[in-house]
Amino acid sequence: MVGTTVSETLDQGGEILVAPPTEVAAGRSAAMDEDFDKLESVISVRGLDFFYGKEQALFGNHLEIKKNRVTAVIGPSGCGKSTHIRTYNRIYELYRDHKATGEVMFGGRNVLSSGTDLLDLRRRIGMIFQKPSPFPMTVFDNVAYGLRQHYKMNKAELADRVEDALKRSALWEEVKHKLGEPGIALSGGQQQRLCIARCIASEPDVVLMDEPCSAIDPVATAKIEELINALKANYTIVIVTHNMQQAARVSDYTAFFYEGYIVEVGPTTQIFSNPQQKQTEDYITGRFS
Amino acid sequence: MSAPATSHNGPGPAPLKALRPRSHGRRKAVDAAIRVFAWVAATAGIAVMFLIVWEVIQRGLSAIDWGFFTELPPVVGEDGGGLGNAILGTLVITFVAALIALPMGFFGGIWLAEFGRNGKIATGVRMVANVNMGIPSIVVGVFIFAALVRPLQHYSGFAGSIALAFIMLPVMARTTEDILNLVPNELRESGLAMGAPRWRVTLGVVIRAARSGLITGAVLATVRVAGETAPLLFTALSSPYWLQGLFGPEGFFGGPTANLTKTVYDFSGMPYERMQELAWGGALVIIVAVLGLNVLMRLIFQRGKEW
Repeated sequence: MVGTTVSETLDQGGEILVAPPTEVAAGRSAAMDEDFDKLESVISVRGLDFFYGKEQALFGNHLEIKKNRVTAVIGPSGCGKSTHIRTYNRIYELYRDHKATGEVMFGGRNVLSSGTDLLDLRRRIGMIFQKPSPFPMTVFDNVAYGLRQHYKMNKAELADRVEDALKRSALWEEVKHKLGEPGIALSGGQQQRLCIARCIASEPDVVLMDEPCSAIDPVATAKIEELINALKANYTIVIVTHNMQQAARVSDYTAFFYEGYIVEVGPTTQIFSNPQQKQTEDYITGRFS
Repeated sequence: MSAPATSHNGPGPAPLKALRPRSHGRRKAVDAAIRVFAWVAATAGIAVMFLIVWEVIQRGLSAIDWGFFTELPPVVGEDGGGLGNAILGTLVITFVAALIALPMGFFGGIWLAEFGRNGKIATGVRMVANVNMGIPSIVVGVFIFAALVRPLQHYSGFAGSIALAFIMLPVMARTTEDILNLVPNELRESGLAMGAPRWRVTLGVVIRAARSGLITGAVLATVRVAGETAPLLFTALSSPYWLQGLFGPEGFFGGPTANLTKTVYDFSGMPYERMQELAWGGALVIIVAVLGLNVLMRLIFQRGKEW
């Protein structure tokens, strides 16, 4: 079993709970070896509560998002995973009765405070959604959208930046002759990579991904997972997923949510091999979902 | 899972009785009856439209020639002439009405869909718009008569435009709102998540995603009022002359303005064959224009959802 990754273990339906932690840790993540507390946090969530009208959806969430690491957010449907990360860029404010209280510290400020410049916040914390959502414009204009919004640049610079973002999103080869075509004309997986290109073009610090692969096929999913691995050198990534194999494959740290509470946070290998909480164990072994 | 309901092993609740299938006869009979009824109803509805179009074509086609579009109506009792002034008047009145109502309705609809939403003010505005859409058009005509024509002491094409704009405004606003509501929220979220301000997401992304529907809605709202008669009875009235500029007794703001629908209404009641022929011709022009634009819009935007 040496060298077997967590994901393979899970895929084989192996008895991961009895596998010694050291063996599982031989996977790709080095997170077990580093000291979580000493890593720089990009986002620190403290005492975050969230309300849909009168109904409370998050309860006192605490979470540290570490720089240049991939943090996976897992948990059963309706447990508040998406709700949680949607507070980071305050996108929930599109809806009148959604309210968040507590602290989401980012760049030395609480983003939930009223003085936050939302446009700048959202430039620095980009987001990828469940359903690919190319804008109704050309491939080029999609990628240029944030660049034009946030930066001054001439046409040549813009073209260079668009090309660079598409290359870093592993999409350039597929679309370099289709830059003038509507973004919607691409396949589902390409559309999602287009959205990633659009997001990273404006150089955010953090990329939030809200179940980015749940609406696309397995081959496209594999490409996006590869992309996530490549991107974490430059970006801090938070990915919500209901696919535990995916969490195991792509993330360094995992937070397990249950009914609005964060039950357990830790190195992904540990969460999947040696969870400290009963609820986490039940979830990852499929006793409930 | 597929084991018969009667098999029962071990502990647990008592076995269920076996399922007894319903007979298919009744279901098939009901199905056939509903199918026939739907077919008859659809055919009857479509047949009426074809009968009207056919009748109007038969009687009106003979009136259509070059002179029909370029000449004034003949003196009563004489031959020749056309409805050139009425066609021009209808175009101008409708155009000005669209100029007033479409932008207002468009932005009103945007406000309802994107900003007002389910707030108290928006709910009130929406209700008023719905009520306004239900007001009989003759009432709108009388209202504009009291509000504009009487104080100014004269009928005018402009008063007609205002009356038509009054009818178009809520239609355009509600159509815009309905179409924008079809744009999925993920698209708005994606736009906002890029750090774009709300107005930019609305204009650059949401409106763009809905553009074909919005254009169709605007054209159909315009075409709909182009065929209205009642609002013009007390406002634009009618005129045997050409529209003469903007002001003065024969100008757009200054006096009664010829228009197709009122002219058709007037001429169809006259005991002169040529006048009746012209009325049929006018009716044909209206129907062809309205149907034609409807069909054209559907053809252009057949691809439907573009975003």
